[in-house]
Amino acid sequence: MIDVANAITLLANYIIVPSLAYGSQLALGALGITLVYAVLRFSNFAHGEMMSFGTMIAILMVWLFQSIGISIAPLPTALIALPFSIITTIFLLLILDKFVFRYYQSQRVQPVTFMIVSVGVMFFLAGFIRFIIGTSKKNFADGERFIIKASEFKQMTGLAEGLSIRTTQAITVIATLILVTAIFWFLNKTRMGKSMRAFSDNEDLALLSGIKPERVIIVTWMLVGALAAVAGTLYGLDKGYKPFVYLQLVLPIFAAAIVGGVGNPIGAVIGGYVIAFSEAFITFAYKRFLTYLLPDEWAPDGLVQLLSTEYKFAVSFVLLVIVLLVRPTGLFRGKTL
Amino acid sequence: MSFFVGSNMYAGYGASMILNGCDIAVDKGKIAVIVGPNGAGKSTAMKALFGMLPLQKGSVFMDATDITTLRPEQRVIQGMGYVPQINNVFPSMTVLENLEMGGFVRRDDLSDTISDIFDLFPILKTKQNQPAGELSGGQRQQVAVARALMTQPKILMLDEPTAGVSPIVMDELFDRIIDIAKTGVAIIMVEQNAKQALQIADTGYVLVQGENKFNDTGAALLANAEVRQAFLGG
Amino acid sequence: MKLSITNSSKQTIFLFLCMGAALLFVGFFQSWNLMLAILNLCLISAIMALGVNLQWGYAGLFNAGIMGFAALGGLAAMLVSKSPIAGAWQAGGMGVLLGLVVLIITGILVYLIWTRYAHKGRVRFWYVVIIAVAGYVFSRYFLDPAILRIEAFEPSSSGYLGGAGLPVLFSWIIGGILAASVAFFIGKITLGLRSDYLAIATLGISEIVIFIFKNEDWLTRGVKNVTGIPRPVPYEIDLQSTLWFQDTTQLIGLDLIQTSSIFVKLCYTGLFLSVLLALLWLCQRALNSPWGRMMRAIRDNETAASAMGKNVTSSHLQIFVIGSAIVGIAGAMLVTLDGQFNPSVYHPLRFTFLIWVMVIVGGSGNNFGAILGGFIVWFFWIEAETIGNMLVYILTLPLAEGSAIKNHFINTAPQLRLLIMGLVLLLFLRFSPRGLIPERTPHK
Repeated sequence: MIDVANAITLLANYIIVPSLAYGSQLALGALGITLVYAVLRFSNFAHGEMMSFGTMIAILMVWLFQSIGISIAPLPTALIALPFSIITTIFLLLILDKFVFRYYQSQRVQPVTFMIVSVGVMFFLAGFIRFIIGTSKKNFADGERFIIKASEFKQMTGLAEGLSIRTTQAITVIATLILVTAIFWFLNKTRMGKSMRAFSDNEDLALLSGIKPERVIIVTWMLVGALAAVAGTLYGLDKGYKPFVYLQLVLPIFAAAIVGGVGNPIGAVIGGYVIAFSEAFITFAYKRFLTYLLPDEWAPDGLVQLLSTEYKFAVSFVLLVIVLLVRPTGLFRGKTL
Repeated sequence: MSFFVGSNMYAGYGASMILNGCDIAVDKGKIAVIVGPNGAGKSTAMKALFGMLPLQKGSVFMDATDITTLRPEQRVIQGMGYVPQINNVFPSMTVLENLEMGGFVRRDDLSDTISDIFDLFPILKTKQNQPAGELSGGQRQQVAVARALMTQPKILMLDEPTAGVSPIVMDELFDRIIDIAKTGVAIIMVEQNAKQALQIADTGYVLVQGENKFNDTGAALLANAEVRQAFLGG
Repeated sequence: MKLSITNSSKQTIFLFLCMGAALLFVGFFQSWNLMLAILNLCLISAIMALGVNLQWGYAGLFNAGIMGFAALGGLAAMLVSKSPIAGAWQAGGMGVLLGLVVLIITGILVYLIWTRYAHKGRVRFWYVVIIAVAGYVFSRYFLDPAILRIEAFEPSSSGYLGGAGLPVLFSWIIGGILAASVAFFIGKITLGLRSDYLAIATLGISEIVIFIFKNEDWLTRGVKNVTGIPRPVPYEIDLQSTLWFQDTTQLIGLDLIQTSSIFVKLCYTGLFLSVLLALLWLCQRALNSPWGRMMRAIRDNETAASAMGKNVTSSHLQIFVIGSAIVGIAGAMLVTLDGQFNPSVYHPLRFTFLIWVMVIVGGSGNNFGAILGGFIVWFFWIEAETIGNMLVYILTLPLAEGSAIKNHFINTAPQLRLLIMGLVLLLFLRFSPRGLIPERTPHK
């Protein structure tokens, strides 16, 4: 019985808790990508850099607050920096919309042209961000590091395995819950949100119904900006901020959006968790887990690991390929062209 | 002058003219039906009347006001409703949300209009929380018409509302359209099912190559041997 | 019409002359060594751009994984040219081969079941999953111990299997083939689906290729790099001790060491230039052939082309594979030039998206445009560093010497070239979307 409890704790500590946090970050990212896809109809390669931009602003604000002695310990200072990061990111996206994307919208160019434009934006933002903040890794999580420490948990329960929950992980999950709820409420209950869905569903009919495309597009970028800023900051808070990682992050985020069904907000959120949990389950070494559960003589010698942890990103790609082959519309029917 | 008039309309795509001086008119509470062979310019006439295609000559009047230069969404505000032939609902949104989007330009309370529409299309009331894309073809057409009615239009334009639905559903749709007309709405409709449509028409237009070939009451056109011979299949 | 073509030819020649003048400028005012270093990389960039132009300019395919194909070519250069390491082969060669055979058989089985049992529906999916996982686990049974033994064999100097010990020039072909086979696999899956899937899938595969290269030490030595890849051209040291070379330089009155370095670079230039010209000739032939016309017809109107009985997906697959092969060749050439294979140098901005800037700036759909784009963009990619430094210098003038902020921006100034490239791409897309040398459209 103790063995089973140990095995479950092991899974919780190494898979469930980290994947909930990582899945939340992916879910927010994928939601942003899917909203752009649903309304503006292109795959936004610059989304990773938009997240990175939001994180950079949050870090700069954290440094500012720290230098003037503002803190909300035991919570990380980043939480009070977040509103500034959201506003600045939204501001950036609205500028990009006005000076870059709007023109192509009015020309009704093909999605692939839009995609290349987003590559240009990605390049530009990447350079800008690295110029401002540099390329080295930055940790900006302060305040209390743990909610439960592994050692405390062991003492509390008497188990051999410990469970640790970091503050940043808890904050990530809670913030995601709040933001996702708010966005779904907005999309399903408000006049503006519904008109966004209508525009995504049937652009021509939306125009006939008197829905103003400019408004819809601006509101979309505002939501995307908020999502990107929060997703990026939470990821950086949890794992440390390194600009080039955000470029790689685009892949699992796209995978999450596609696995869930591109253009489908619920799918994007679920997809985020699907990707995060698959990555963890496939790269987890089950040796200790099995040692707890199996009789001693069956205990495995090797690590019992399907794929080494370095290949986490490969998992999201393989899932992506499988979904493309088996069910191109994703788990929750998204748009297909 | 009738309540709604498109007079001497010339329009087309690029160099090729499709409408060559076509006239359409309808009064409040009346049904006008446009029939004609394929490529006669029926849908083009509808687009021209609704402002989706600019007129190169001619004009459109509503209630004796010239609306020729208004954009489609402005015409919606002026009291026109339009039901496209295809892609005429928001498929992932519920029936109720489709109606709300239909009334998007209205800032007042929509609930009275919605309950009126549910009286007219009782089936939609029972399906109000289902996504429109999951409904049957006939029900989806009802949603499409209902969506256009949400602005309480004075004139309703329908582009082949019965395309692809069964004869029973078609009859029911026509009944609904008569009901709508009875509330004082002017209706202009393009139809492939010419015979059935002319039966409910107050005025019928037979369009050939963008011109009015015949123009009479529905009953008269049905009785006209030449029209029967050439356009109604005997 | 005739007149307009001559005009555009004139413009092409003029632009290439300008590019040449810019290079000469570097030669005269900076150094000839630097100029040749830039020129050689310009040539390689131009070849990559040529490959991407096939895919994008001829067929409208968005390949976001150029980096992966270039790295595959680079791997080929290393594997072909390095000598095999006998000890490592003895330690684990057999196990690795067995493991790979198992993986290949698994792959074939999966493919066969997937294509033959389409009517089985959901059951097929689970069969495939079970076989794939079982085959994978079985291969690991051979691979894991073998890899451990290989990586333990003289880890400081080798720790990998080495290569085939063949002349490095072979690798340019092998690199192309390697890239082509991976492209075939990707294309099979994603072409015919929505257009952005190709972009996302290629982006993914390129990241994974790099991850594999960084982590599979038995194959690539991972981040420990493989250096000393044999050259196809003489070494400077050897030249300096060669009599005829000493005599010749003395006769003309040049510095021996500098001249040897320039001579080596010139050898590379000759090699690269011949590859570029050969590929350009082939691409031009292809573009003006019925095949090329069909490709453009498909690009301009897929529906119409497929209605006329053209097989859009298979045409796309062909051009995707060919374009990727060209990128692979360029990747092999790059590693040959560097003399080392280092998986950590592959960054998507430099190896994927910069190539995109080249194609778009040069003129998509026009081979000369792609080549010119390769030259110009690479030139500015190098010189943008100077520009960035200058910009930062001017901007931070008001700040005190040695202040933290000033030092910070001086350190991050090189990043400005990303920003400049992004700006260039956006400006071209907006104001000159057809590029410097636009595609010739005689019918319009």
